[in-house]
Amino acid sequence: MSEASVARKARPKFLDLREIRLPLPGIVSILHRISGAGLFLLLPFLLYLFDLSVSSPETFATYKAIVGHPLVKLILFGLLWAYLHHFCAGIRFLLLDLHKGIELEQARQSARLVLIVSLTLTVILGVWLW
Amino acid sequence: MVKRLVVGAGYGLRDWLGQRATGAYMALYTIIFAFSALTLPKMDHEHWSALFSGGLMRFLTFLFFMSLAYHAWVGVRDIWMDYVKPLGLRLALHLVTLFLLVGYAGWAAKILWRL
Repeated sequence: MSEASVARKARPKFLDLREIRLPLPGIVSILHRISGAGLFLLLPFLLYLFDLSVSSPETFATYKAIVGHPLVKLILFGLLWAYLHHFCAGIRFLLLDLHKGIELEQARQSARLVLIVSLTLTVILGVWLW
Repeated sequence: MVKRLVVGAGYGLRDWLGQRATGAYMALYTIIFAFSALTLPKMDHEHWSALFSGGLMRFLTFLFFMSLAYHAWVGVRDIWMDYVKPLGLRLALHLVTLFLLVGYAGWAAKILWRL
């Protein structure tokens, strides 16, 4: 066995977040984490709205009033995107775990697809629900 | 010998698999829910709450919230493990996450069984 005898050079460490250009799959990955964290943080708000919406006709009216507020609409629009991105990217990760689409070019294409589909669905559903 | 730092987290395959299984179930539920909700004849309290009061949908929705709690536990725990290095703080955040998620799951169960 001949091990390469050349001493490894110290590899440069480069972690400047403002300078790192993530490839598309990396962007999908970090957005998966960010969208998940956002959904977790606002989960009590969503449960509160769900509680109001199903409990009684009176609380349903309260729910309607709350989600009618422009600021709340904006937040829900963001959460809709977060859910849809998490959903699409999650399906992509499940397929990758099953070794489907792990070639570089396919992985780039599917990452692009996730970003496009989740944004498109957000706009369509968002506009339709408003 | 592998030295493990005891911070109240699980390790290994079970959580990895559990997160994927719950994710797959929630994706399936999302499609069922979206189809049911978008085909409601009228979006009022009566139709909307009836969507969740049927035995099957109530069960599937309950399963969704249980899956969500487990899924979010693994995901949020991973975030703490990646970015929070001081052990005491990390342990505290793990526990807060766990308590919150257990509480949310109970809340969801209460909402569903009151219908």
